[in-house]
Amino acid sequence: MNFGFSEEQDTIRETLARMLGDHATLEVAHTRLDSGEGFDTATWSALAEGGWLGLAMSEAHGGSGMGAVELAILAEEVGRCMAAVPCLPVLCMAVPALQSAGTEDQRRSLLPGIAEGRTIIAMALAEGGGLAPDTVSAKVAQGRLSGQKSPVTFGAEATHALVAATDEEDTPRLYLADLTASGVTTSALDPIDRTRPTAEIVFDNAPVELLPGSDPAAIYRLLSGAAVLAAFEQIGLAGRALALTTAYAGERHAFGRPIGGFQAVKHRLADMFAKIELARSNAFFGAWALASGDSRLPEAAAVARLSALDAVQFVTEESIQLHGGIGFTWAADPHLFLRRGWQLKAELGPAVLWRERLIDNLADAPWAAS
Amino acid sequence: MDFSDSPEEATFRAKARDWLNANATLRDGSEKAQDHFMARDADEVARARDWQARKAKAGWAGLTWPRAFGGRDATPIEQVIWNQEEGRYAVPPNVFLIGIGLVGPTVMIHGTQSQKTAVLPRALTGEDIWCQLFSEPAAGSDLAGIRTRARRDGDDWVISGQKVWTSGAHYSSHGILLARTDPQVPKHKGMTMFLVDMSDPAIETRPIRQISGGASFNEVFIDDLRVPDSARLGGESEGWKVALTTLMNERFSISVGRASGGARAEELIALATRVERNGRPAIQDGEVRARIADFVARQRGLEFTSYRVMTSLSRGDAPGEEGSIGKLLLGKLRQEMGAFGLELAGTAAGVSAGADDDAARWRNEYLTAPGNRIAGGSDEIQRTIIGERILGLPPEMRVDKTVPFSEL
Ligand SMILES: Cc1cc2nc3c(=O)[nH]c(=O)nc-3n(C[C@H](O)[C@H](O)[C@H](O)COP(=O)(O)OP(=O)(O)OC[C@H]3O[C@@H](n4cnc5c(N)ncnc54)[C@H](O)[C@@H]3O)c2cc1C
Repeated sequence: MNFGFSEEQDTIRETLARMLGDHATLEVAHTRLDSGEGFDTATWSALAEGGWLGLAMSEAHGGSGMGAVELAILAEEVGRCMAAVPCLPVLCMAVPALQSAGTEDQRRSLLPGIAEGRTIIAMALAEGGGLAPDTVSAKVAQGRLSGQKSPVTFGAEATHALVAATDEEDTPRLYLADLTASGVTTSALDPIDRTRPTAEIVFDNAPVELLPGSDPAAIYRLLSGAAVLAAFEQIGLAGRALALTTAYAGERHAFGRPIGGFQAVKHRLADMFAKIELARSNAFFGAWALASGDSRLPEAAAVARLSALDAVQFVTEESIQLHGGIGFTWAADPHLFLRRGWQLKAELGPAVLWRERLIDNLADAPWAAS
Repeated sequence: MDFSDSPEEATFRAKARDWLNANATLRDGSEKAQDHFMARDADEVARARDWQARKAKAGWAGLTWPRAFGGRDATPIEQVIWNQEEGRYAVPPNVFLIGIGLVGPTVMIHGTQSQKTAVLPRALTGEDIWCQLFSEPAAGSDLAGIRTRARRDGDDWVISGQKVWTSGAHYSSHGILLARTDPQVPKHKGMTMFLVDMSDPAIETRPIRQISGGASFNEVFIDDLRVPDSARLGGESEGWKVALTTLMNERFSISVGRASGGARAEELIALATRVERNGRPAIQDGEVRARIADFVARQRGLEFTSYRVMTSLSRGDAPGEEGSIGKLLLGKLRQEMGAFGLELAGTAAGVSAGADDDAARWRNEYLTAPGNRIAGGSDEIQRTIIGERILGLPPEMRVDKTVPFSEL
């Protein structure tokens, strides 16, 4: 057993941290938030140039053939830098979906473009607030998709989308949609985190292509993998929020000493740290289960997701609290993390969904709501 | 990042399993989980001694001890593997945790050659059982506030005072005792460590009943206990340094060992499947499911955190402060799970009707957990450790560090 990163993986992290640190600063995040132009295309291009977008693609498709653990490292660094880029939908969901359920033609036509940063594939799974494949109402008949998908992160910026819809036998599947085709209408929504532009997409008899390997089980597997990788992005942002808050508590003086010297503050920071580390441990197990194809992935993913959600919410809320009045201002950093945390919660569903999955997996008889 | 056994670890596991299979019986499912480091009666102590002797003979005792001291030079991860495997068998409690986990490593570092010879082999084979005579009525979190006095008398020391909360003192043969030897210097500077024989008539042990009803810890009265200078462990006035070695190893033992104890969150799923809530199986109730899911997530997180600690130890890093995370989160989790289990069991069973029913089991869990939040450094002390040593926050304001102990 080895529950840590290898030296090569540490090097990857350092390189990424340096590169992202140059491009995706918190000033940039503020600018994106203020301007409403959420997508940080400069950072995405820099990731493409560094070869990072093809990290987990095979070399034949223009990638560098690394695995889920390296992808997790990327996700954590993206989170730490609060980079306004579609790491989760494109790299952690669309690419694995194409790899596991797509055709070789689909892979060959899309993956190189993703690696180069030209192609952005959004994930159009949710509708009406639900994410579970068995609640999908969008339908495909004779290669044409009709239905309404929302929220779709980076939906307006994307060139394509992978859409969950039922086939003619009423089985939920994934379909590839070209968002420039006729019958597709995209309208922007107002997300809690405007650095993560979000859209509603209406498909009206739009032409789509099936990912033949996609069935409900495959969609659930995809969601599990995404939950693990998202947990790393969540840990990254929570860790940064903690670091900022710890530094602030060391500088800010009240009653003649740094506020971090007061136990109420110190112990709160310790609780924040402990929650992050607990979430990190669960995320590690999830990354291993994902990378090794272990059968415990569904449990591991649910557990990683639950503790990441818990950590992020606690850490980001308390980060505002420990900054005092300045923490409540638009210009200060803490709300950036709070917003991103909520957005990442919205994108893969709240705790209740994952608790249900976890108990269903652990209890012998799955529970049917009555 | 690899959760599975390496080839060497797999070999180690297979060997451990073979030996355990030949020497112990698997626990059947009905056997309740229990705290595995306190004996309930003399019979359990005798069985524990016997089991330890057999392990020692076969080379399975003191796994992480160096070979030079009779150990196996095993990695912390091998120790975890052993614990996982041994945990599947019906074996007596590990009353040797303090001797092997805390006292042994302290003696290896600070002991003289003759102390090593006298202490280590007998601790390993289970002939001696050790207890930790640190806490006192006026010194727990603030351990350096101890008042038990040791005075020089010729070549001897004479020790008087009172210790308290001493786990297992009533069946221990020996104790590691921290005493004040110089009250005229600041508190951390005037202490010395001793190794004492618990059977000396100058030591009186009185069990203390806990909220759980059992009595696994004691108050220990020491009245003019005379020990030779060779009983001193480490230098005169260097007791604090020696104590820190013991405490560091205590943290390690807690993260690697089974001292964590307690119920598994999955047991609550089984319970919720058996009992009803609102007229249907409790496992179908949304709140029940939500609570259990959160317990599972937290418990897994603790388990994997200990594996992370083991990994860094196996890479040669010193046991760090990460142990504090597990220590901090475990007690509260166990307490919440105990309360929830008791609530669930209570819906169907009301009060406990027999010693073995669900209500009794979870009541015991609930009444044992508070001790986890206090023993071995309370939750509050762990938060201070994390805040100061990991996060680097400013230390507490102290009034007691530079003043002679006698003037405090
Ligand atoms: C089951 C059990 C087994 C034990 N076994 C042993 C043993 O074998 N050998 C041994 O030597 N001891 C043993 N102990 C003693 C244990 O180490 C002490 O109880 C513990 O260190 C707390 O000390 P105290 O009881 O004096 O409480 P106090 O130190 O008086 O603490 C009281 C409360 O004040 C809080 N507090 C204290 N100082 C601070 C501070 N600076 N900041 C914030 N909060 C603070 C504490 O967290 C606690 O909540 C055992 C205890 C238990 C419960």
